[in-house]
Amino acid sequence: MTTASPEVSAGDDGVKRRDFLYIAAGAFGVVGAGAAVWPFVAQMNPAADTLALASIEVDISGVAEGSAITVEWRGKPVFIRHRTAAEIEEAEAVPLDDLPDPQADSARVKEGEAQWLVLVGVCTHLGCIPLGYAGDYHGWFCPCHGSHYDTSGRIRRGPAPANLVVPEYEFISDDRIKIG
Amino acid sequence: MMLKALRLAGAGIALTLGFSVAALAASEGTPEPPELEWHHSGPFGTYDRAAAQRGMQVYKEVCSSCHSLRLVSFRNLTDLGYSADQVKSFAAEYEVTDGPDDAGDMFERPGIPADRFPSPFDNDKAARAANGGALPPDLSLIVKAREGHEDYIHAILAGYSEPPADVELREGMHYNKYFPGGGIGMPPPLFDDQVEYSDGTPATVDQMAKDVTVFLAWAAEPKMEARKQTGIGVIIFLIVLTGLLYAVKRKVWSDLH
Amino acid sequence: MSSMTPFEPKNPIVKWVEYRLPIFSLVHGTLVAYPAPRNLNYWWNFGSLAGMMLVLQIVTGIVLAMHYTPHADLAFLSVERIMRDVNYGWLIRYLHSNGASFFFIAVYIHIFRGLYYGSYKAPREILWWLGLVILLLMMATAFMGYVLPWGQMSFWGATVITNLFSAIPGVGESIVTWLWGGFSVGNPTLNRFFSLHYLLPFVLVGVVILHIWALHEHGSNNPTGLDMKSRADQIPFHPYYTVKDLFGIGVFLIIFCLFVFYSPDMLGHPDNYTPADPLVTPPHIVPEWYFLPFYAILRAIPDKLGGVIAMFAAILILFVLPWLDTSRVRSARFRPIYKQLFWLLVIDVVALTYIGGKPPEGWFIVFGRVATAYYFLHFLVIMPLVGWFEQPKPLPKSIAESVLGNGQASTPAKEKA
Repeated sequence: MTTASPEVSAGDDGVKRRDFLYIAAGAFGVVGAGAAVWPFVAQMNPAADTLALASIEVDISGVAEGSAITVEWRGKPVFIRHRTAAEIEEAEAVPLDDLPDPQADSARVKEGEAQWLVLVGVCTHLGCIPLGYAGDYHGWFCPCHGSHYDTSGRIRRGPAPANLVVPEYEFISDDRIKIG
Repeated sequence: MMLKALRLAGAGIALTLGFSVAALAASEGTPEPPELEWHHSGPFGTYDRAAAQRGMQVYKEVCSSCHSLRLVSFRNLTDLGYSADQVKSFAAEYEVTDGPDDAGDMFERPGIPADRFPSPFDNDKAARAANGGALPPDLSLIVKAREGHEDYIHAILAGYSEPPADVELREGMHYNKYFPGGGIGMPPPLFDDQVEYSDGTPATVDQMAKDVTVFLAWAAEPKMEARKQTGIGVIIFLIVLTGLLYAVKRKVWSDLH
Repeated sequence: MSSMTPFEPKNPIVKWVEYRLPIFSLVHGTLVAYPAPRNLNYWWNFGSLAGMMLVLQIVTGIVLAMHYTPHADLAFLSVERIMRDVNYGWLIRYLHSNGASFFFIAVYIHIFRGLYYGSYKAPREILWWLGLVILLLMMATAFMGYVLPWGQMSFWGATVITNLFSAIPGVGESIVTWLWGGFSVGNPTLNRFFSLHYLLPFVLVGVVILHIWALHEHGSNNPTGLDMKSRADQIPFHPYYTVKDLFGIGVFLIIFCLFVFYSPDMLGHPDNYTPADPLVTPPHIVPEWYFLPFYAILRAIPDKLGGVIAMFAAILILFVLPWLDTSRVRSARFRPIYKQLFWLLVIDVVALTYIGGKPPEGWFIVFGRVATAYYFLHFLVIMPLVGWFEQPKPLPKSIAESVLGNGQASTPAKEKA
C-alpha cells in the first residue's frame, strides 16, 4: 500500500470522489423523498375545521335528577347523567377489589359535583353504544356483547376490558360544562 | 430577483398562451387598474397584519351589510395576529343561527370561533331583492376571482367618479371607470372618515380601499405565507439535488467519451 | 430487444420468486439492461418526465379524492376546504392543478421530438399510435378534471365542450342529453365526470405499459434516426439514462415548483374562483391552455359540424402520419427542407395556441383560419411532397460513428447534449 504508484493513488481519488458523489446524491434523494411523503401522510389527520369543533359547551340546567342526556362530541355520543343520591351511594359502596378495572367513583366525577357523571358513550369492548338505565348494575348495558356497567360507568361483567371513558371536561358555571 | 425572473417568464408564457390579462379584461375603454406595491407580493411577501386588521374593520363596518364572507371562519382570524381570546369575543358579537334544538326550532346564539362569518342575506334571491336585482358577490375569493386581483379591487373601491358627459347610466347604476362597461350596481361604498381606526391611521377612501383589499387578499389565500415559505426550502433543496445529479451524470458518462 | 447483460440473481429469495414469477428479470430488462442508443440527447428526457407527471397526478388525485365531494352544492366548498383546512391541502391541490399543465408540457415536447426525429416511422407506428391514444385519454381526463371544482369556467367549459356533440346530425341532441344525464350540465354530469376522471388515469397507465412494451420491441429511436447495428451503438439504460433522466427530473421539478409555490394560479382562470352559476355565462370562455390550439381550429371553421370535425381531425391526422411521411430518412437532422418546415409547424401551433386564447374578433379570425389551413396543409400536402423531392444529406454509417466521429466528412457535428 505504501508503495502505491502515483497513477494508482490518482485512481483512488477518482473512486473516492465518485463514491462521495453517489452517496451524497443518494442521501439527498432519500431525504427529499421522505420529506415529500409527509404532506401526503399528514393530510389524513383531522383538518383544521374538524379540530375547531373538538370542544363543545353544554347547558345541563335542564337535566333533572335521575335522568340523562346524550350529546354529540367529536362524532361520538357523550352521556351526561344527573345521578340520584342512591345511585351515587351505590357506586361509592362498591369495594375496589370487586372491579375488573379498579377506580374509585370519586375519581370519575368533579369534586363537589358528584351528581354529574359525564361519560363517552362508547363501549370499551368494540365500540357499540351501551343502553342507559339497563343491565344488572343499574348503569349501562351494551347489547352487542353483553357488557354491564354500573352507576359510575365502570365495567362490572362482560367482555369489555375497561370502564367507560370520562372525557376531559370542566364546569364553566353551575349549569354549563365544556367538554374537550 | 427570483420573482422578477419568474414574473418575466410567466409573462412570456402568459403571452404565448394567450392569457394576456389585459386582452381578456379589456372591454372597450376600461382602463387598467393602477399597479400598487403590496406588502404580500413577492416570494418573501407576508400579509401586512396591521393593514389586514384595519381592513377587517372596514369589512365589518361597511362591506358586510351587503357582502358575505362565507368561507372565512372566526378562528382563522388568529392568522392576522389576533389572540384566541380576542377572536372569541369578536365571534361572540355575532348572532349565529343554530339548531334545531330539542323542540325542533332553529335558534340564535352568540358566535364561537368555529363559526363562519354570518351572511347578510339568507340566500342569493334575498340578496338580489334587497339590492335592486344586483347580487353582491361573496368576498371570500374575490381577490382571486377577478382579473387584476388586488389592484382591481382597490381600483374599484377608490375609482368612483362623476360619469363623463357622453356616458348614459341606467337607473340605479353608478359610474366607475374601472368596472367593465363603466356602470356598476354598487353605490360608492367608502367615504372619508367612515370608520375610526384604533391605530390612528387617517381613514381616507384610498387607505380604507387598500386595507380592505389586504384583508380580502388574505381571505382568498390564507395559506399564502406557508406556501411561499415552503417553496423557498423546496426549491433550494431541488437546486442542490439537481446539481448533485448533474455531477453524478457527468461522472457516469465520462467513461463513454 | 435482447438485454445487454443477462439477469443472474444470487439472492435465494429473488431466485425463488423469479423461478415462479419472472418479475425481477422483467424490471431488470426494462430499467437496467435495456440497450439504448448511446447518442440520445436531452429531448429524450420528456418520456420519463411525462411518466413521472402521470404518477404525481395519480398520487395527488387519490389524496384529493379523499377530501373532495362530487356534488353540485358541495364541490366548490369541498375544494375550498381542501385549500383552507385540510393539512397541506393547498399544496396537494396546487400540485395537481399545475401538474396537469406540466404533464401536457412534457407530452407536447415529447410529441414534437417524435415529429422532428421521425420516431413514428416504421417499425414504430404502433408505438406512435399508443402515444396518440395516451394523448386523447389525457385530454378527456384533464377536461373532466377541470369540471370538478365546479367554478364558472368548470361549468361553462363543460357546457361548451359537451355541446360539441350536438353538431352530430340527427342524434346530436340525444347524445348531449345522454352525456349530461339531464337537460343541462348539472349534478349528474358532475358525478359521472368524477367517476370517469378517477377511472381514466388507470386506463392511461395500462396504455403507457403497452407504449413501453412497443418501445422496447425495437428500441428507442435516436437523433440520427439510424437503427442500432452493433454493441458499439448501445449503452445499457442503467446507469447512463437512469441518471440522465433523474437529472432531467430535477430540472423539470424546479420549474414546476416555481409555479406551484409562487404562481399557482397563473395557468388557471380567475373565473373558476366563482362558484358555478347556470344563469350567468362569463364574458370570455377559454379552455385550459393545452386545449387552445384545438379550440382555435374549432373556431376557425364557420360551420358548427365542420369545426368539430376539423378539431378532431387535427389529432386523428397524426394517426396516419407514418404514411403521410414519404421520406426514406427518419431524422430531420439529415433532411434540410423538412427541418425548416418542422419549425414552421411549431410556430403555427404556437400561433394557434395564442389565437385560441383571444376573442374571435377581427384579425384573429383571419389569423386563425390561415394557421388552421397551414396545419392541415403541412400534414396532408407538404409532408408527402417533401419526402419525394427532398435530397437528404448523407447519413453516417452508424450511431457510434456519428458520436465518436471516426473520420468521414459525412459525420455531422455532435449533437449538443
